[in-house]
Amino acid sequence: MAKKLMKGNEAIAEAAIRAGAIHYFAYPITPQTEVAEYLSRRLPEVGGVFVQAESEVAVGNMLFGAACTGKRAFTTSSSPGISLMQEAISYMAGAHVPTVIVNIVRGGPGLGGILPAQSDYLQATKGGGHGDYRVLVLAPSSVQEAVDLMMLCFYLADKYRNPVMLIGDGMIGQMMESVEFPDKYEEPPLPPKDWALTGAKGRKSYIIKSLYLDPAQLEANNIRMAEKYARMKSDEVRYELYKVNNRNRILIFAYGTMARICQTAIDELEEEGINVGLFRPISLFPFPEKEVYREIVKPNVETLLTVEMSMGQMLEDIEKSVMGIKPIGFYGRTGGIVPTPEEVKEAVKKQLGSIKRE
Amino acid sequence: MMKDSLTIFGRPEALSDNITSYCPGCTHGVIHRLVAETIDELGIRERTVGVAPVGCSVFAYNYFNVDFMESPHGRAPALATASKRLCPDMIVFTYQGDGDLASIGVGEIIHSANRGEKFTVIFVNNAIYGMTGGQMAPTTMPHQKTTTTPMGRDVATAGYPIRIAELLSSLRTPAYIARAAVHTPLHIIDAKQKIKKAFAYQVQGKCFSLVEVLSTCPTNWGMAPDISTKWLAENMLPYYPLETFKMPEEEIG
Repeated sequence: MAKKLMKGNEAIAEAAIRAGAIHYFAYPITPQTEVAEYLSRRLPEVGGVFVQAESEVAVGNMLFGAACTGKRAFTTSSSPGISLMQEAISYMAGAHVPTVIVNIVRGGPGLGGILPAQSDYLQATKGGGHGDYRVLVLAPSSVQEAVDLMMLCFYLADKYRNPVMLIGDGMIGQMMESVEFPDKYEEPPLPPKDWALTGAKGRKSYIIKSLYLDPAQLEANNIRMAEKYARMKSDEVRYELYKVNNRNRILIFAYGTMARICQTAIDELEEEGINVGLFRPISLFPFPEKEVYREIVKPNVETLLTVEMSMGQMLEDIEKSVMGIKPIGFYGRTGGIVPTPEEVKEAVKKQLGSIKRE
Repeated sequence: MMKDSLTIFGRPEALSDNITSYCPGCTHGVIHRLVAETIDELGIRERTVGVAPVGCSVFAYNYFNVDFMESPHGRAPALATASKRLCPDMIVFTYQGDGDLASIGVGEIIHSANRGEKFTVIFVNNAIYGMTGGQMAPTTMPHQKTTTTPMGRDVATAGYPIRIAELLSSLRTPAYIARAAVHTPLHIIDAKQKIKKAFAYQVQGKCFSLVEVLSTCPTNWGMAPDISTKWLAENMLPYYPLETFKMPEEEIG
């Protein structure tokens, strides 16, 4: 199919439809309201359901109700709205039902601001709601990647019967880039949704629930969930390397839009004769821990730098992966301020300058 | 069994044979049965999906022989909205208590009713939080003693009990909204008719439907079952009239 110039928010919406998700529930919130506006027009064309809900609390629970029927549905929102959905996300994880949630992150905490940020990393990757659960989180760095990952989200949600989140900063939603959709979207076969609630016709009645008053049963459910997360860790780690080679003295870690800004900085540093590599996690949960370690352990790598649009959230996963064997610097801007390539270059030079010479 | 005997009363197919966890004298069991009889009589058991709330009746899914999803506290109308919209041929009902529907879930119920979502709500009002052990609900009567109103509900600070049926009837969107009670056989017959009507409107694809059912909670009211029914008649009926408040046929200009 020919390339098309599209705004990130609209491209994400269209990608969902291509993946067979034609049911959508949402509440308006900047900077991603275009998704709802686009889908309110588009979904009736494809026979889908569009509901503008009374709150994000209701949105999350509409997703839960939709998921119980076995049909693909999704929502999009931004940080404060995602906080309100945490109740339903926890219930859906506990009840083992699939759903897809897009968080176009804005600055926080509280009402925060409406400009791009990466300050929801910990909420997204460490559970977010109550209980011992995880959400599979994918972070695109371009509109095309947002399209590709959005389609993948539905497959992964069904495969693991677990909520999946596509996380992008406000820039991913707002910028226009050329995108290409597959002529025919295909995904690997999935098991039948024989757990879905469709009415007990010719079978015993089914219950979808997360309540287990018997502690042994509740523990068993948590173990079942933990086994799923272990499978994700072994099968769903995604990342990309940029200019990583055996001449890098320093590696940068960044995800999403921030990674693209770092690429510009890396290209410019290369012209100055400074050789820098970039490790870009795409799956934030499962986090590419082993893969990070494999890169940083190389003898040419002397120091590391994590760059985020936050006060240092992914930094915690980097620190865990590095296990203290190499020094890690951090550069972050927040509140909607996006680091420039110049700032990243300065941070790289500062980090290189901090290496003690023997 | 006698030869040629005829069964004239049995367990509805839509009820499971599990023993309920409800307290002695609680009227959840009666209401469950009325819903199950209705499902059987309308022949909809195999396409019915229930939504269980948080509260005593969260265990409804164990007692009905139909598919069930368990909702977060108060959110059953949101789950019901989505499942009914995505599967219009399914018969979807929520079964919610007064703490669930009239307090934490008040936003979800008002907006579902206002959107005219075509599912059925069985709203059980026993004027108290049962599962957590007898705290004040939005429906608790003035001066009624609960564990969080030891001196009785003070309307100066807690306001008056919310009349959900009347509140929802004020919405312009067509709906079927009625109130019933189950403390005497005569009232049970009336409740059955209203519940059946509510489901029938959904089967016809007509409108949102809700039946508020006044119920007793002897354990948390601190009364014997027979005293509870008397208390309900004397205290709740004057405040919560048993009427049909709204019919979809009545178009308001």
